[in-house]
Amino acid sequence: MEHFALWLAAFLTLGIISFLYKDNAWYKLTESIFIGLSAGYWMVSLFWDNFYGKFWVNKSESPYLYVGAVLGLLMLLRLVPRIGWISRWPLSFIVGATSGLWLINYFSSNIMKQIEATILPLFSAQFGSGFDAGAAAIIGNLVIVTGTFSGLVYFFFSKEHKGAFGRTAKLGIWIIMITFGASFGYTVMSRMSLFIGRIDFLLSDWLGMIL
Amino acid sequence: MKTIGLFRFLPALTSFSIAFFIIFSPALKAQAPDDSLSTTSPDALAVSIAPPTSLVVFDYKYDDGEALELTWVPSVDDLPVVGKVTGYELYRSDNGGEFYKITELIPGSNNFRDEDLSTGVNYVYYIVALSADARAASVKTEAIQTHREWLNFNLKYLFLIALIISASVIYFIETARRGKKLFVRKIAGLEAVDDAIGQATEMGRSILFIPGINDMDEVQTLAAITILGRVSRVVADYDTKIHMPVSRSLVMTAARETIKASYMAAGRPDAYSDDMVHYVTDEQFGYVAAVDAIMVREKPATIFLLGSFFAESLILAETGNSVGAIQIAGTARPAQLPFFIAACDFTLIGEELFAASAYLSGEPKQLGSLKGQDVGKALAMLVILIAVILATISEIRPLETVRYVLDFLIQVFTIKT
Repeated sequence: MEHFALWLAAFLTLGIISFLYKDNAWYKLTESIFIGLSAGYWMVSLFWDNFYGKFWVNKSESPYLYVGAVLGLLMLLRLVPRIGWISRWPLSFIVGATSGLWLINYFSSNIMKQIEATILPLFSAQFGSGFDAGAAAIIGNLVIVTGTFSGLVYFFFSKEHKGAFGRTAKLGIWIIMITFGASFGYTVMSRMSLFIGRIDFLLSDWLGMIL
Repeated sequence: MKTIGLFRFLPALTSFSIAFFIIFSPALKAQAPDDSLSTTSPDALAVSIAPPTSLVVFDYKYDDGEALELTWVPSVDDLPVVGKVTGYELYRSDNGGEFYKITELIPGSNNFRDEDLSTGVNYVYYIVALSADARAASVKTEAIQTHREWLNFNLKYLFLIALIISASVIYFIETARRGKKLFVRKIAGLEAVDDAIGQATEMGRSILFIPGINDMDEVQTLAAITILGRVSRVVADYDTKIHMPVSRSLVMTAARETIKASYMAAGRPDAYSDDMVHYVTDEQFGYVAAVDAIMVREKPATIFLLGSFFAESLILAETGNSVGAIQIAGTARPAQLPFFIAACDFTLIGEELFAASAYLSGEPKQLGSLKGQDVGKALAMLVILIAVILATISEIRPLETVRYVLDFLIQVFTIKT
């Protein structure tokens, strides 16, 4: 059984990788199995984790859980066309609650903490006695302050990007692009690790070529 | 119709209530002393090392009654390198029951936050200093209970700033409603939306809309669904085919509602079909496998990749690129933006994704919201400029007034946790 599972996993892995050549029947089979299995798995997982694990087990301890359960039931009313409009209520609740929750998070992380972290002196006697230490701190603070300020200018939508304002916005987008460039390579490498993981599976677990 | 009217206000009402509740609820925590000094002695233990002293326990302020804060003076034998103390053990008794160990701490520790507690329970603590061959216990604390606070005053400045920006938003919405034209600068990616849909119509090919892989509790998904409203309206006008595979059931429901509303607004409700939006799977790469296959098989003329994306961003963008589709992408995830910039024709960077819906729709509510946010950004720029100048001046020449103003600004923007 273990060997069968190993061969099946290798067969399906190669099926997915075969898409690199072109769309083909092998890929279609693998894709369908993958989607069907994962959809079923998630349905079962959500039922046991959420409905059973969070609601059913704790319903007597926390009556608030019934609110969620009722909202969930209202969602199912979509299946009854005549009263399907009621399903908009839980949806409204989710959208509204999400906006409210994120409002605080965004204010806190994207505004307050960002501004606090940008309040830096452009020069200080405490930066270091040596030229290197002092220059590095000055340049570092300058980049943070200028980058944040010009980035804000770029994302200011009420004024046309012209003149000095436009030049500051251009500096902002340059800094943003340099940041993206720096993160590009790093993220590519982390994506490569996914591919390496599958190749490692094929060569080690399946073919035993790497011990 | 009355129900629909109520429905329109529900998101705003709920959102405001939740935001208000969070601001004035004990989400974040800070500490303030609540005199509960220790008085009694625990059981005698070996005394070859000195015990920790001055063990104090106080309620953790502005929380949900779930935490207590403990501080103490470490043992005098707790010294770096030459010290005899190898660590500490903290003991607790609940409602007069047996003491039991709740945690072990490294040498030099002088505080601990005991979390996941309950209101209405009397807690008593003592701490034991450990050495290789001895234990020395502090005196016990007096019994203390946790307290729940309704208002979180740590967030008062955040509330004030949110109030200013919200007031700006309301002001601009009302201004727009009165018919005053509000200026919003051009956003390159959005200028291309109509052209891209028009091209798909001319080519007789479909439009693929991918709203990311997060659920409706992700603000980027909300932004994507809002843009979908505008896109589907143009699609309905042009009689183009739109296809939207999704990875979350709630997104499917919201997207169907949105597209249906657009078709009704365009006066073509008969052309709408639920099949335009369909669920695939919650599994990230299962979803990617399906979307890639759709791209290759249907060869859509235009692909929208708007919302929250993770490792799948480059796979989707590259596949879309390989079939020659015009791709308009947008996300607020910095790690994924480089891929979209590299592989897509137009990319909405971060905030532009949220500005997009206002720009496209031209609706007073959305435009007012965008302008209100710009007020927030202008304030932020002003504060940064002033504070940086003050910080630099105070480093060069320390002046009391400058330092005072600077400290106040830092205090305003510091979120205490």
